[in-house]
Amino acid sequence: MYEKIIIAGSGGQGIMFLGNLLCNVAASLNKYTTFFPSYGAEIRGGTANCSVIIADDEIGSPVIAEPSILIVMNEQSYNRFLPKLKKGGLLFVNSSLVFSAPPDAVQIPATEIALQVGDVRAANMVMLGKFIKDTKVFPVAAVNDVIKKVLENKKNLLEVNLFAFMRGTKL
Amino acid sequence: MKKVFSKPESLQDKNNSYCPGCGHGTIHRIIAEVIDELGVREKTIGIAPVGCAVFAYYYWNFDVTEAAHGRPPAVATGIKRCLSDRVVFTYQGDGDLAAIGTAEIIHAANRGENITTIFVNNANYGMTGGQMAPTTILGQKTTTTPNGRDAKRDGYPLKVCELLSSLDGVCYIERVSVSTPKNVLRTKKAIKKAFENQLNNCGFSLVEVLSQCPTDWQMTPVESVKWVDEVLSKTFPLGVYKENTEQTRK
Amino acid sequence: MKGNIAVCEGAIAAGCTTYFGYPITPQNEIPAYMSKKMVELGRVFVQAESELAAINMVFGAAVSGSRAMTSSSSPGISLKQEGISYLAGAELPCVIVNVQRGGPGLGNISGSQADYFQATKGGGHGDYRLIVLAPYSVKEMYDLTFLAFDLADNYRIPVMILTDGIVGQMMEPVEINPEFRVQSSEIKKDWKLDGCKGREPRLMRSLIMEEGGLEKHNWHLKKKYDGIKKTEIRCEANFPDSAEITVVAFGIAARICKSAVKKLRQEGLKVGLMRPVTLWPFPEKAISDIAAKSKKILVAEMNMGQMVEDVKLAVNGKCPVEFLGAPGGAVFSEDEIIAKIKKL
Repeated sequence: MYEKIIIAGSGGQGIMFLGNLLCNVAASLNKYTTFFPSYGAEIRGGTANCSVIIADDEIGSPVIAEPSILIVMNEQSYNRFLPKLKKGGLLFVNSSLVFSAPPDAVQIPATEIALQVGDVRAANMVMLGKFIKDTKVFPVAAVNDVIKKVLENKKNLLEVNLFAFMRGTKL
Repeated sequence: MKKVFSKPESLQDKNNSYCPGCGHGTIHRIIAEVIDELGVREKTIGIAPVGCAVFAYYYWNFDVTEAAHGRPPAVATGIKRCLSDRVVFTYQGDGDLAAIGTAEIIHAANRGENITTIFVNNANYGMTGGQMAPTTILGQKTTTTPNGRDAKRDGYPLKVCELLSSLDGVCYIERVSVSTPKNVLRTKKAIKKAFENQLNNCGFSLVEVLSQCPTDWQMTPVESVKWVDEVLSKTFPLGVYKENTEQTRK
Repeated sequence: MKGNIAVCEGAIAAGCTTYFGYPITPQNEIPAYMSKKMVELGRVFVQAESELAAINMVFGAAVSGSRAMTSSSSPGISLKQEGISYLAGAELPCVIVNVQRGGPGLGNISGSQADYFQATKGGGHGDYRLIVLAPYSVKEMYDLTFLAFDLADNYRIPVMILTDGIVGQMMEPVEINPEFRVQSSEIKKDWKLDGCKGREPRLMRSLIMEEGGLEKHNWHLKKKYDGIKKTEIRCEANFPDSAEITVVAFGIAARICKSAVKKLRQEGLKVGLMRPVTLWPFPEKAISDIAAKSKKILVAEMNMGQMVEDVKLAVNGKCPVEFLGAPGGAVFSEDEIIAKIKKL
């Protein structure tokens, strides 16, 4: 396995949290993994993105030129990162906020579902659920465990995040 | 026979290399006497500046280091934060403290660092040959103000005591001189207080000493002390600018 | 763990008792983390009013015998150079972390390797060297920072961790060697200033005006630097004996090159990698030996050609030396390196 994942959206959508989480799950399964946040002019434009690599072997550059998987949470990020996606790569879009994605993209109304489960900020977890279901990069249980661990001290957030994640895995 | 005058233990048995009539020798000795009287020689660390007094370490008989130009308050902060039970002081001239080192002195004072600063103001850069200092007074001739300091071109003399006494972290600020025996005694009292404040954890203390620089002022020693009294201290009035020994550092 | 945090943890494990910093991206995690951790541990943290003040606070802490550290990024490191020269002159141990960003001037805030010259050739005024360590992973951020404190104390020399915004910002799992948790033994500092109780007063300075004094001091420093060159060179070679083309790279560039080399080996190309871990002292002999066996050397750096000069000196004409650079703010990809090697 050598998955190069870019997660992109706007500040406040939990982009870094999601990237961190993937990295933590990979580490818990003894995979090689790197997480690299993008910080640059675009942060001032209100967008956030990060690169996560998960591999069975030592990882070279943590910076991804050509992602094999793209998870985008808003239209702006979609337009920016789509041209970088590897041919045949997987595209997950938050269809609540991205309207121009092609039909073969995995469309997830994540923001709407998050609102239904009670917290708009949990859209990232809905995306994660669907991503895990489709790619089987990690077992659902392993992700579950790490979410519990990471949010150990934030019980109120834990519940809604876990719920949103599980909803995603059933889409 | 009763010994009535001797060299302080905190001073080495050496002749100093300062110009005749210079104030540094007197101020060095006052510091040495105060340190002896407080019994803190073995736990004192001094920081010499860049300028004539860089050689202070040749004369004092306790641990001394020397800092880059203007940086003694930062070095003192580093030492004092590591060794809070030692006595740490900086000895700085007007170029060092009031020009290149303004940021360091303001912030050390404002943090209320529990250190003592002896600020020697002789209204010019002595070691480099008498250029204009931030404390050169209006009209004063120096090698870089040959027609006298002109406010329009050179700005105004910087008043350090007045400036620093507005800061909350400051415990004690006094301006003194060493122009007469009476003033020397007053200076000793002020410097002693500044060290005592440190021993009592009161925060930042600074004593500004108006000092004479006959060579660069192109005066005789007698003329130079007269100039301190009659001219320099008009721009820089002597006195206590702040005293808040109630404040104790946490 | 994030690279910048690994630096903090390595320093704390090594017994760093004082940290002085000033904010600048991309190293802000270091002062933020230290402000919490150092205070919890009862150690010293001060946010200075400037980089100048921070490095001079390090001077004060070091002169009092404490293990002291400061961190910054390129523009801030330029400001610290005055203090670093004084530290080197007074032979004071300390650790300085440079999480490099793009330059010159304010440049940008993404990773770069453009401060190689500044770090390895002295940086400030006068004839001096720093030991310069170049981590290429989060684990090495921890290990080399830990090592830096011992090197600094052993040789009474400022040690620089020369890393960059990418290694600083990236996160990867780190297994911390448990024996590293033990604070290394205190090296006897019979020069420190802590008050002259029971001994003669001491003087620590970099101004040496006595006739012949400075000359003697510089000879002493030279001898010390020569000693460090003999014993402290560290480098890592991959496939040194069977490579026709050897890539020489440090830090993040070496990491990217390493996976490029691995891919090319799988394709059957005889490629190797030489990674200097100490940029000063520079692994001259190791590179010279490789040059004798290689047909070509490729130097890859995220600058426009700095370490390549030292490689050329070490190679001394034994084989051609090519260069691939990425200017301030740019990162080369594995594919670019592979394409370049294939063209050689």
